Amino acid sequence: MERDTEVKLARQLIAGEPEAFDRFVEHFRAKIFHYSWLMCGQREDAEEVAQETLLKVFESFAHLREPERVRPWVFRIAKNACLMKRRKSVFAPSQELSLDEFLPAMNHEGGHATIQIADWSRLPDRQMLQSEMKEVLARAIRELPENYRAVILLRDMEELSTLETAQILDLTEDVVKTRLHRARLAVRQELDEYLRTDSRVLPSRT
Amino acid sequence: MEFDERTEKCREVFSLLSEYLNLELPTGACQEIETHLAGCPPCIEFAESLRKTVELCRRYRPRELPEPLEKNARQQLLDAYQRMLGARKDPSQLNR
Repeated sequence: MERDTEVKLARQLIAGEPEAFDRFVEHFRAKIFHYSWLMCGQREDAEEVAQETLLKVFESFAHLREPERVRPWVFRIAKNACLMKRRKSVFAPSQELSLDEFLPAMNHEGGHATIQIADWSRLPDRQMLQSEMKEVLARAIRELPENYRAVILLRDMEELSTLETAQILDLTEDVVKTRLHRARLAVRQELDEYLRTDSRVLPSRT
Repeated sequence: MEFDERTEKCREVFSLLSEYLNLELPTGACQEIETHLAGCPPCIEFAESLRKTVELCRRYRPRELPEPLEKNARQQLLDAYQRMLGARKDPSQLNR
């Protein structure tokens, strides 16, 4: 669902239109479930976070002054609900990733430098989301330290802005930018390794 | 590995690629990166792989879906919603 459709839905919900309730619940329940599944790592936790978040959303709906901000507002509540489950998190805890660990290795043969990289240009769009690739992507995200995982989920998967993400996570915009870049680089590296080693997907080119 | 001027520029571009892809850089910095990319195939290739990574994340839809919402859970949410609406209008139309 696009953000403008979502905003319209929030307006209908505030106006009390009968259809809006179930559509809103169905849409955001799946979104929150997905986010908290990747944040907390357990299905039961994710189900609980989705229910607790929606409950809080409805209890405080009167505080949503701008329906345009419904997505970041819901995710702010979801983030807090997720934090309550944090002690149960099975994934990597917070830590810092350095830029240097993601610099591609260089080959200096034949007079000019090349980087060691899979041939991404041969990855056709329609193959980009084949199920094995999806698994590799999900695993790469789950393996990110928590403080990076939260940023890439909100920025790239939920497509929230830098400012919105900063407000949800209580970070500065600069920290969001830094963490997003490192998270993307880490995920890119995992995908690259997969593409290089799995010849069924793409031939290796090192 | 030699650390010449060229690789230093490569490193700088490498550190700014996400902001470049997000169109978050000032025009000057953006042009500088484009000039470098135009003459540096390894950096172009790397930038392209990062762009595709972002694209993959955007298009990712999870295989795992939540269990269907139980009747009690739905009712709990509906009650909260109706209490919120109740202050303003008669929500009886929502009882289904």
